[in-house]
Amino acid sequence: MQPNVPLFPEQASSVAAHVDNFYLFLVLITTFFSLLIALLILFFIIKYRKTPERQAVQIHGSTLLEIVWTVIPLGISMVMFVWGAVLYYHLQRPPAGAMEIYAVGKQWMWKFQHPGGQREINALHVPTGRPIRVTLISQDVIHDLFVPAFRVKMDVLPNRYTYVWFTPTQVGTYHLFCSQYCGTNHSGMVGEVTVMKPQDYAEWLASGKAEGSLASQGEKLFQEFGCITCHRPDSGARGPNLQGLYGRPVRLTDNRVVIADDNYIRESILQPNAKIVNGFQPIMPTFQGVISEEGLIQITEYLKHLGEQESQPLNNRTTPTQLRDTEVPSIQQELEKQPGNKPAQQPGKKP
Amino acid sequence: MSTAVITRKPVMPEKHYLNDNYGIRSWLLTKDHKRIAVLYLVSISFFFLIGGFYASMIRLQLLTPTAELFQPDTYNKLFTMHGVNMVFFFLIPSIPATIGNFLIPLMVGAKDLAFPKINLLSWYLYMAGGCFSLAALFSGGVDTGWTFYTPLSSGFVHTPVVILVFGVLLAGFSSIFTGLNFIVTVHRMRAPGLTWGRLPLFVWSNYAAALIMILGTPVVAITLSLMILERGFHIGIFDPKLGGDPVLFQHMFWFYSHPAVYIMILPGMGVISELVPCFSRKRVFGYTFVAFSSIAIAVFGFVVWAHHMFVAGISLYSALVFSLLSFAVAIPSAVKIFNWTATMYKGSVSLETPMLYALAFMGLFTIGGLTGLFLASLGLDVHIHDTYFVVAHFHYVMVGGMVTAYMGGLHFWWPKITGRMYPEGAAKLSALIVFIGFNLTFFPQFILGYLGMPRRYAAYPPEFQVFNVLSSAGASILAVGFILPAIYFLWSLKYGEVAGDNPWKATGLEWTTTSPPPTHNFHETPVVTTGPYHYGVDEEVPVVH
Repeated sequence: MQPNVPLFPEQASSVAAHVDNFYLFLVLITTFFSLLIALLILFFIIKYRKTPERQAVQIHGSTLLEIVWTVIPLGISMVMFVWGAVLYYHLQRPPAGAMEIYAVGKQWMWKFQHPGGQREINALHVPTGRPIRVTLISQDVIHDLFVPAFRVKMDVLPNRYTYVWFTPTQVGTYHLFCSQYCGTNHSGMVGEVTVMKPQDYAEWLASGKAEGSLASQGEKLFQEFGCITCHRPDSGARGPNLQGLYGRPVRLTDNRVVIADDNYIRESILQPNAKIVNGFQPIMPTFQGVISEEGLIQITEYLKHLGEQESQPLNNRTTPTQLRDTEVPSIQQELEKQPGNKPAQQPGKKP
Repeated sequence: MSTAVITRKPVMPEKHYLNDNYGIRSWLLTKDHKRIAVLYLVSISFFFLIGGFYASMIRLQLLTPTAELFQPDTYNKLFTMHGVNMVFFFLIPSIPATIGNFLIPLMVGAKDLAFPKINLLSWYLYMAGGCFSLAALFSGGVDTGWTFYTPLSSGFVHTPVVILVFGVLLAGFSSIFTGLNFIVTVHRMRAPGLTWGRLPLFVWSNYAAALIMILGTPVVAITLSLMILERGFHIGIFDPKLGGDPVLFQHMFWFYSHPAVYIMILPGMGVISELVPCFSRKRVFGYTFVAFSSIAIAVFGFVVWAHHMFVAGISLYSALVFSLLSFAVAIPSAVKIFNWTATMYKGSVSLETPMLYALAFMGLFTIGGLTGLFLASLGLDVHIHDTYFVVAHFHYVMVGGMVTAYMGGLHFWWPKITGRMYPEGAAKLSALIVFIGFNLTFFPQFILGYLGMPRRYAAYPPEFQVFNVLSSAGASILAVGFILPAIYFLWSLKYGEVAGDNPWKATGLEWTTTSPPPTHNFHETPVVTTGPYHYGVDEEVPVVH
């Protein structure tokens, strides 16, 4: 055992120092008020200890004092609120262009996939200096991905994607925990995050065995499950065209507009009737229990790339599959007016 | 001792509620709130003992990092049963159902609660619930965690969840009945002259807790019933495989279970509001503010539940709102602490055992409350949520706050309940042991939590061992501190000094009647002519007969 017992976990991400500073501020406030109360009590029990000579002086109270000790703590706690909120806002918003990694939690194991197709179990390799966004999904109960050295944590839900992001700053190996109780072997659902220098990470990626990128694996599934028979880019197709769909607004039969993000695509595969695109019939069968969570991630990756590959303009066809390009700016304005309807922060409401 | 000034040696009253009637029937069919309180006292002590046993096993397991004592499965059952037992069968009923049951009619000058039969029914429901929780234990134990999160509880574990949840539901109804009784009693049965502004603060805080009981408990009953429907009949509510939403369960569960924290702590605050003035021989500082802060806590307590869910996938905006409201709920608690401290100012302070517990409460609850601010702070909660920091925080509130207040109250009113004094020396010693043991057990857990040790782990990385060993060592000291009172309280029943009507020379109607009180509490209906905490004006009792 180390003779030197640490009081803080290592600071291995860009936010770690900020979180620690905030923590120290709170420790300071807490110590101050605890000592204040403790010393006052000590002082009073000594100074005003019961003696036969002295009677207690009756005081009813003081409205001024009540106001003082309501307003001062309120003021201090508002500072805490704002500071904490700013940090949280930062932690909830992955920067654009973050590197993508996918995590699937199951009882009692973590499965990670890198975009290049490399897979890891209970281990995650990441490079320093780049923001990394991990997309999380569970295939059974609720889990929670927690890396103390990064000061980040996020629940892993079985019904929709959640996200956690961090920028590793320090090379090393750190704990990775499941911190939402998930059954028998909860305490065994642990692993290691290995932070590497970017060139080491590149080498590590190259040495990893991959059966092709996630997108190419997704394409295979797309063929295998016969998605292509309906989702074709021609006007006679029975399903909406998926070219360039990802990240775009989609108009539904009830005239609502939603963004075609990861959660929308996943839901549309598992519960195709939940959101029907305007102009189409609810004829798609469910793929619940047919496609694994990893498979869903791969298909989503494929759909992301489907838009990039073809440089043709979006929605150049007349079927009302999606919205016309000309419609997009006004709808995006409309969406921005609705709070909580951002891709990174889906409220997860079902119609 | 403060009773030394009494010139005539006090004698036991000839007839009182304990010797009014004999035999097991007279207890099991009693409608006397005082006897029901004693029944509750015996039964919650039993469940505290069982819950404490689970806790000892947990601390034993965590002495070593590698899960040497129990399999993870057994460990999971231990912390689940510890949580369920302590929350639903000890903390929630503790002060209201024992001290509150005993005192509220006495404090308002009534001869019983408004609905004595419902009061007895409440105890039977509680016992039935307790039996179901024991049945769940004997049929293998449950491993869902006391929070019963879905879809784990509704679709994945293979343990007798239904039996345990049924027990919790019954205990919930018992709690609703107690709350109902308190509210009606306080509204309808106050003695002549006892206006709301003259009510003891113990009554105010139990009234606030009773409001939460009757408004909140039905929600947890519905939530757990839905979970059972899903588990038994595959009706999809929370399990996404059946079309449900697992986070919905958390919203519904915490809508009750966060206010339930205030059901537990408010009556404890009420006890402290009685003890501090009595042992300072002073009126409570800022009576109105202390009284209304209880109501404020009860109201704000209902709108902070999602602070348990900052990393559960709720939206950024709702997180902001719930964080803000959580800071707001801290203010009335702070107001109380400041007022109690100010009550001692220029008082005549003596340190009998109840006061020692009251002071311990003020210190420990301050730490418990302030560390709550860490968890209410969004950016920091992300790191410490679901770690030992949370465990330490709520044990500081629940054990350091609530159990300490309960012990203080039990010592303070023990002479009223039994007619006899406990041995002061042993009691002071055990109060000290509790204080030291408690801090040693739970303070290291704050550090463990910040280091990143998650909750509910049967095994842990070896670098966390130092603090776990400290914590387990503290737990063994704490256990001694709780066993000692059990021994000397029992001893005092036969050998304790006869207390007399008012050994503490305290104010309040409960001290104007005999100790123990007669079955009908007062020989004549008391009439109240002065405000509460009428200390120092004269040492006579502020009541005209």
